[in-house]
Amino acid sequence: MTTTLYTSDHEWLAIDGDIATVGITDYAQSQLGDVVFVELPKVGRALKKAEAAAVVESVKAASDVYAPVTGEVLEVNEAVVAEPALVNSDAGGKAWFFKIRIADKSELGGLMDEAAYKAHTA
Amino acid sequence: MLARDDQDSLQRTPLHGLHVSLGGKMVPFAGYDMPVQYPAGVLKEHLHTRIRAGLFDVSHMGQIALRPKSGKVEDAARALERLVPQDIVAVAPGRQRYAQFTNADGGILDDLMVANFGDHLFLVVNAACKAEDEAHLLAHLSDDCIIDSLTERALIALQGPKAEAVLAKLCAESPGMKFMDAGPHKVNGIACFVSRSGYTGEDGFEISVPAADAERLAKALLDNPDVLPIGLGARDSLRLEAGLCLYGHDIDTDTTPVEAALEWSVQKSRRTGGARAGGFPGAEKILAHFDHGTSRRRVGLRPEGRAPVREGALLFADATGDQPIGKVTSGGFGPSLNAPVAMGYVPTALSALDTKLFAEVRGQQLPLTVAAMPFVKNTYKR
Repeated sequence: MTTTLYTSDHEWLAIDGDIATVGITDYAQSQLGDVVFVELPKVGRALKKAEAAAVVESVKAASDVYAPVTGEVLEVNEAVVAEPALVNSDAGGKAWFFKIRIADKSELGGLMDEAAYKAHTA
Repeated sequence: MLARDDQDSLQRTPLHGLHVSLGGKMVPFAGYDMPVQYPAGVLKEHLHTRIRAGLFDVSHMGQIALRPKSGKVEDAARALERLVPQDIVAVAPGRQRYAQFTNADGGILDDLMVANFGDHLFLVVNAACKAEDEAHLLAHLSDDCIIDSLTERALIALQGPKAEAVLAKLCAESPGMKFMDAGPHKVNGIACFVSRSGYTGEDGFEISVPAADAERLAKALLDNPDVLPIGLGARDSLRLEAGLCLYGHDIDTDTTPVEAALEWSVQKSRRTGGARAGGFPGAEKILAHFDHGTSRRRVGLRPEGRAPVREGALLFADATGDQPIGKVTSGGFGPSLNAPVAMGYVPTALSALDTKLFAEVRGQQLPLTVAAMPFVKNTYKR
């Protein structure tokens, strides 16, 4: 059973036990425009919550993707590096960025559920 | 983020309502509320312009008529030569030329287009500089010219390989024009000034139209299925691929035309030994740069990987990243090249084609190579 939560910086986390799959939201990709480059963290990197973890660039500008929680990077999605346009076509699915082992589940308390995120972007 | 009152004080071009109705994403630019992109998005808009035709609203730019008090256009040309290092006297009626206003230090105050309309000169200047340019012209040329700011006109650019066929339907004379021809023409029955020029590296036209007729003309052009509206985002990526300078970024008051690799725009008649050598602000320094070279130079840069190297990135001669040797002044992703492209200033000794350099991006040293510009071959109809 996975639960999906959202950050105010427009990332989504699909949480399965102590592992979170992280990506950017469809709203975020619509604001960025055509994504042409994605840089992901190295597997094994220890990320601190709110630290710059990945980079997503459109034709016009570069944006940081922040670690939504503290933890170790377990896996990254090379498909989105090879085909950055996946972020525009399937932000909430195939274009996941990385999987992280959640160090402290209490950090999830500050995140939004889908209804709250929808209100946040309305 | 702009404060609310700043947002409200933004100016609007005569095509503002059309942009909004076309779904343009409006952003503040040079004091105007302008479309950065339309629903198609920057990538598609860019590629569409290169294969078909794009319509750009550039009405924020300044349009100025320089009318000679003597009635002789040569007198306006001679007067303007006091402010620019270009040969303006040699611009024949119906022709246009790229120029720069220089300052006493040889730096660039603005870059502009100058057209000879037979009885006066027609200038197009950058939006962000137009007030200063007008003051500059008034201060220095008022004895010889009436400086007539044409605020009641819009400016529409139509760019791309289909531009000629599209405009031909509304302006029968336009296919006969060559690159940098400019003059008054009727377009869709409207009295316009048309030049065969632009800012994309593509063949195309810029059409100055009375503000009241601008929306009607833009709609007539957009009625052609080959034409899409194009925002400022793609305008920037198109001009970057074309190797064209953006004022305030690639050229400014600290760069001379020679450092900026714009020697081609300064005719021999204004250089040392020429018939009208010097006689423009900063001539001593600019002519010295021509005669003895400069210590730095604007070059094209091709990053090796996929990561865009953007404005402000420091450049290094080697990967150790000890001492920066220069800086990127424009950079991003080139949709037609499907690769990142940039331009910047480097020491002349490191400006040769194929020189390997490094750019610092997020703490990493990314390799890049000095490359020829334009990055994408231009398709001007000469």
